[in-house]
Amino acid sequence: MLRYTLRRLLLTIPVMLLVATAVFLLLRIVPGDPAGVILGSDATEERRLELRRQLGLEDPLPLQYVNWLSRIARGDLGQSIFLNQPVTSALLERVQPTLLLTLLASFVSIAIGLPTGIIAARWRGSWLDIALMGVAIMGASIPTFWMGLNLILIFAVFLGWFPVAGYEPLEKGLWESLRYMILPAFTLGLASSALLARITRSMMLDVLGQDYVRTARAKGLAERWVVLRHALKNAFIPILTTIGIIIASLLGGAVITEQIFNLPGIGRLLILAIGRRDFPVVQGTVLVIAAVYVLINLLIDLLYSFLDPRIRHA
Amino acid sequence: MTERAATLTLPQLIEQPATHRSWLATLGRRKNITLGGIVLVAMIAIALLAPLIATHDPLKLVVQDRLQSPNSAHLFGTDTQGRDVFSRVVYGARLSLGVGFGVSLSVLMVGTLIGLLAGYFRRLDTPIMRVMDGMMAFPGIILAIAIMAARGPKVENVILALSIVSTPRLARVVRSVVLSLRETQFIEAAHSVGCTAQKIIRSHLLPNCVSPLIVQISFIFAEAVIGEASLSFLGAGAPPEVPSWGSMLNDSRVVLRQAPWTMILPGVALTLSVFALNLLGDGLRDLLDPRLRRR
Repeated sequence: MLRYTLRRLLLTIPVMLLVATAVFLLLRIVPGDPAGVILGSDATEERRLELRRQLGLEDPLPLQYVNWLSRIARGDLGQSIFLNQPVTSALLERVQPTLLLTLLASFVSIAIGLPTGIIAARWRGSWLDIALMGVAIMGASIPTFWMGLNLILIFAVFLGWFPVAGYEPLEKGLWESLRYMILPAFTLGLASSALLARITRSMMLDVLGQDYVRTARAKGLAERWVVLRHALKNAFIPILTTIGIIIASLLGGAVITEQIFNLPGIGRLLILAIGRRDFPVVQGTVLVIAAVYVLINLLIDLLYSFLDPRIRHA
Repeated sequence: MTERAATLTLPQLIEQPATHRSWLATLGRRKNITLGGIVLVAMIAIALLAPLIATHDPLKLVVQDRLQSPNSAHLFGTDTQGRDVFSRVVYGARLSLGVGFGVSLSVLMVGTLIGLLAGYFRRLDTPIMRVMDGMMAFPGIILAIAIMAARGPKVENVILALSIVSTPRLARVVRSVVLSLRETQFIEAAHSVGCTAQKIIRSHLLPNCVSPLIVQISFIFAEAVIGEASLSFLGAGAPPEVPSWGSMLNDSRVVLRQAPWTMILPGVALTLSVFALNLLGDGLRDLLDPRLRRR
């Protein structure tokens, strides 16, 4: 296991290098001069050259690349142009809502998706199964932001149970903070719970067709225990992978959810930075999100091989 | 039928209901394709005939008419700038479908080429696939946002960004098909009668990629439609003056309390098209990929 872990860690390095290179290239695909784009047309030539120097654009390209790599290796993501602070501290200030949102949304999607899939598989072909899977297919087709707007309309505007938008930090008290997070968490979590339900159902059906399940039934075991003990246990590894993929994909969805609910998270920071053409912030945010994404995928792989030794030795 | 049944052994007879069910299921899936196809054709018709269907100019600002609730002049009300919601949704179909077709076409060309090259030429495989891995190391929407941030709000850039996001996945699918075919006897036979690499790729490998390509493209189309709407919703998509379902929903977010009708039609249009495209993709996959038919 240690050997496999080390090998997977080593394999992550080239991927991270590619990610860093792609983010570096981002500034090079800006049409024209990035400094000119940032400052707009009415900036003086002097100011433009100064910004070019600050962004390191005056150096030869290979040197820029080496500088960029060595800077991010030291954890320095540069200086924001509009916020007057280093990109890393801007990110740290906004990490809490994003983290909380992703965590709660994962919880929502597992708490809804897993039981739904199991129930649908247990009563396969019944009206319940057809209804649940119908809802799941519909649910997977509803874009996050429209789902969010509908939830706001029903639960915040009409029923008044939750605030329409905004955020209270955890320091103001758990409940106060959660009140603002419940609708965003459901918005983000529901679509992936539909996916999880479909995968869980099909994995369970695979296992329920196995010989040992027939044996378990033949020896007179109650169907409940056949499903929960024998089938779920064996279907759980691929389901766990799906859960990992879902958590990773929630990172992208969080950007959209933060926009719907005006949450001051990393996604909001990214969107604001695009509007102000604050390229260092755009680069830093994208880099950090991609790095976390790669790490989550690495963890899924490790967990998978830990649970299923066949993967390690293949 | 009776003749065949007579030769069946007991366990096979017990299996009979299963084949009966799968026949029904196949019919159900054809229904998916039909339903998805109808909605898609309807969308194309709406997009092409937009000037005839729309009741108002989708771009015309009539400030004194702003935020009207649905009435006989404005079937689905007006938005914050007094523009007709219905007409904007009708014209929005043009952007959605245009981006969908643009992305599908460019991914189909570039992704297939990359996949064929990586799968057929061993020496190209590793470098090409590592670059694809690097691109897939970003959550799709984040990569698209980043490209839009660099390139600026233009429809061409939306197509470019979403194509870059979807290309690696298609390339991977094509590569895996080519890899599995490369060792088969008919490719070996083609080699031994002196076919050039170009000939083998074009007339032997490519035709075998057609069914997975059709399935993948229908999903890529659906993702492009959602992608365009998401980018526009975030204000990182098409320029603000182009009617887009995504930017309409973002506008309605601000006035949700006063004018909830502004969010209904664009959301329904978007959800319905994505739903139809997903149905189409599911149906095509079941039809063209027999390995999955049993589920």
